[in-house]
Amino acid sequence: MSNEVGKVEIVDAAIAAGEIVAAMKAGADGAVCVFDGIVRDNTRGRRTLYLDYEAYREMALEQMRGLAAEAVARFGVRDVAMVHRLGRLMVGETSVLIVVASAHRAAAFEACRWLIDSLKKTVPIWKRETFADGAVWAAGEPFPEELAVHPRGDAE
Amino acid sequence: MRVRLLTFGVLREMAGLSDETVELKEGATVGELIEILRGRTSNDSTGNGADEGIWRSLAVAVNREYSSLAEVLREGDEVALLPPVSGGCSSYGECGER
Repeated sequence: MSNEVGKVEIVDAAIAAGEIVAAMKAGADGAVCVFDGIVRDNTRGRRTLYLDYEAYREMALEQMRGLAAEAVARFGVRDVAMVHRLGRLMVGETSVLIVVASAHRAAAFEACRWLIDSLKKTVPIWKRETFADGAVWAAGEPFPEELAVHPRGDAE
Repeated sequence: MRVRLLTFGVLREMAGLSDETVELKEGATVGELIEILRGRTSNDSTGNGADEGIWRSLAVAVNREYSSLAEVLREGDEVALLPPVSGGCSSYGECGER
């Protein structure tokens, strides 16, 4: 068995979720937990037409690899796949897929939840949301305290 | 010395900021670079009200690692200004929740 964590990728085309999930299954697994993040048709009632994702690609990939490796070490799961798509995505399309394979379900659920929560805080990917009536860069979640910089003169 | 500046998301669209090479004095820190860029953007009258808030919420990466204001820059460093990230699924704080 290799020490490398499984598939960690940033792609520009549709994510083949079914194939990726199937490829993750191994004999030692008792559970595969899948998080399939898809584009919703509205944000707080405002009708969404599509999302455009961009990334600091090399850094985002390094961060995703780091998270995948940390999930394996921290939760004791067997393997993790993590794929994020960039570019224009329409309603219903998969923007991010996380697959965790594990001997037992509890660790798989926990690792999967931790991975998507962490990705949304620390992996440098941004999206611009285009509505029926305008467009905005989605307000991201605040950076964890240890990552944010606070320029002088900005004390609260 | 010179560093390579990269900007993303809403920061890339701010007046006065772009992907460019920035000339700095030897030993300049990340914090000093930010003050220079911030001064530049606040002189521009096309800015919108959200601009000041973004300086309070950004992160900085040097050579693709999260950095801090005190980090001393070196010739050829790649410095990226990162607004709060919003990858994943749908909008702010949500992934099909609520």
